[in-house]
Amino acid sequence: MMILSGDPPKSRVLTLVLVLIILALAATPFLFPGAKALNVAAKICVFAALVASYDLLLGYTGSVSFAHTMFYGIGSYAIAIALYGMGPNWAAVATGIVVGLPLAALLALAIGLFSLRVAAIFFAMITLAVASAFQVLASQLSWLTGGEDGRSFQLPELLRPGTVLISKSLFGFEINGRILTFYLVFAISALMILGLLRVVNSPFGRVLQAIRENRFRAEALGFRTVFHLTYANCLAALVAAGAGILNALWLRYAGPDTSLSFSIMLDILLMVVIGGMGTIYGAIIGATIFILAQNYLQSLMGVASKAASEAGLPLLPGLLHPDRWLLWLGLLFIASVYFFPTGVVGRLRHGGGDKGAGASH
Amino acid sequence: MTELAATDPLPKPKRDLAPVLLPIALALVMIPLIGSPSTWLTLTAASLAMGMMIFIMASGLTLVFGLMDVLNFGHGAFIAVGAYVATLVLAPFAASIQADSLWINLAMLAPAALLSMAVAGALGLVVERVLILPVYGQHLKQILMTTGGLIVAEQTLYALWGPQIIPMPLPTSLRGSFILGDVAIAKYRVLATLIGLAVFIAIQLVLNRTKLGLLIRAGVENREMVEALGYRIRRLFLGVFMTGSALAGLGGVMWALYREQVHASMSDELTVLIFVVVIIGGLGSIGGCFIGAILVAMVANYGGFLVPKLALVSNILLMVAILMWRPRGLYAVTSR
Repeated sequence: MMILSGDPPKSRVLTLVLVLIILALAATPFLFPGAKALNVAAKICVFAALVASYDLLLGYTGSVSFAHTMFYGIGSYAIAIALYGMGPNWAAVATGIVVGLPLAALLALAIGLFSLRVAAIFFAMITLAVASAFQVLASQLSWLTGGEDGRSFQLPELLRPGTVLISKSLFGFEINGRILTFYLVFAISALMILGLLRVVNSPFGRVLQAIRENRFRAEALGFRTVFHLTYANCLAALVAAGAGILNALWLRYAGPDTSLSFSIMLDILLMVVIGGMGTIYGAIIGATIFILAQNYLQSLMGVASKAASEAGLPLLPGLLHPDRWLLWLGLLFIASVYFFPTGVVGRLRHGGGDKGAGASH
Repeated sequence: MTELAATDPLPKPKRDLAPVLLPIALALVMIPLIGSPSTWLTLTAASLAMGMMIFIMASGLTLVFGLMDVLNFGHGAFIAVGAYVATLVLAPFAASIQADSLWINLAMLAPAALLSMAVAGALGLVVERVLILPVYGQHLKQILMTTGGLIVAEQTLYALWGPQIIPMPLPTSLRGSFILGDVAIAKYRVLATLIGLAVFIAIQLVLNRTKLGLLIRAGVENREMVEALGYRIRRLFLGVFMTGSALAGLGGVMWALYREQVHASMSDELTVLIFVVVIIGGLGSIGGCFIGAILVAMVANYGGFLVPKLALVSNILLMVAILMWRPRGLYAVTSR
């Protein structure tokens, strides 16, 4: 239990599901051959870490930030620009990390100091405005970021798909640079999630929960709430930037659509809400459900849309068109806030109820 | 504190004029920077018109927050819906729009705007009942619910109208400019400024001079007390929410005519803009919202003229500057 920071899943079904997900992710290169499965698995790893870091904010402090993709994007762009500018070597990777992480933390500090001292509702609106300005900047500074096209780059020799580490004749599976990259993504995501679990179960995490439940009382007890909230904001930004770095490394690309867009922000929100706010574990469940659905349900919608248009039904083909995936996502979002405020994890742990869903302020 | 005799009138609350002077000062400072007085006048008129349109869109948001303590992240959806509904009215009567008579043109625009307001208001009724009612008093859930509502509304617009940009030409008689000396002022901007001013004055009068406004303000202060007096505060709040939505619809029509196009993504870009405005103004303050809208428009217009590159982030810089000065916005109304 040490590795889980003394906060086990506390439900047999939940434990089983989590173990299954983690085993399936770890064994993806061997169980499900093909590039798509590996891509989906890597995306689940990256998003599990990203969503967990968002949960530190939304679930544990109760503050809604719309700037989380900004930090994710800073990580992605930092490593992409470094590898693009300095060539595919490890010094560039190190530069990207050394520049990207502090930049994200500093920006989070600035936003925190500037908006957390007022009201939670202000924080949501200000982060939305700042994130949209950042997005405009990223698409306008095309000499640096490549504008709308983004930046494609090459990885260092060791991580390239062409690099064969263990040839197929040995185990029947080829271990190449691509698979090494996947395990890198998997391991670092796992470490970041375990780190977050440690943070939320520390005394610091308890203070965050206290602030979420009653900020005034926490203040009266002598906690400097602005300090704690800003600290949590910086931590979440660091992990988000870390996830951004992993994502860019996996895609070998960073661009506005994959790392900055508002729709990613909504995806993150949805994953947190579906998984269960204030339970770090929910991030893993939410990311898995959501990304599996996103990758495999959209084709199903295409089939349904075609069937509806052949049957001559009005309106339905348009509503079921694969591009309208977000519409159903939005409905699901509303329904889950309304009916499952504690998410999957909360349901499995307590069998329903409204506990731990986060207070209003 | 000085003592008051029983017959003395109550002391008037101090008027805080600094925010009012801010846009005036900004405009004056810009005269030497821009150089040509005629360019300055054109830019100032443009700022005023744009500011009024933004005010109409943002006023509903700040009204709903200030009076009901509901933060509606889906407010932008009402704007887009309003604009789309107007195309339904205007498209079949393209000929009348091309007619070169101000009265025929206005006779087309008025029903379009009214229908937009009606539809946006009705949508507000549904949204309030379905999305907001279960989460009164819970900010976190309000943000989540209304964000979900925004996604659904935007995607439904895509499904119904398709992803393409729909053109929405200005009527003939509202095109072009008045030429006063060597200053050109676009006709539509004058109309927009007039409508904006009318809306502002109407809201202020209703809130401050009528019994309805008194009840609404009292309901915000102490809901139970007003209910105990026999008034149905729920209906009153529903009415406020519908009014806010209808105003957003009106703003959407005006903005679409200003840009001469309609697109579902306009809700996204305008959401950020109106948020900046209500933050600058101080959440819930109608007066602050009015000044904030004009300031944002001024920075956009002057900034776009002087330093075009900077104009992209000028909103955010303005917001940062204002919040440094007054962390709760120009006029802090609520203690929340």
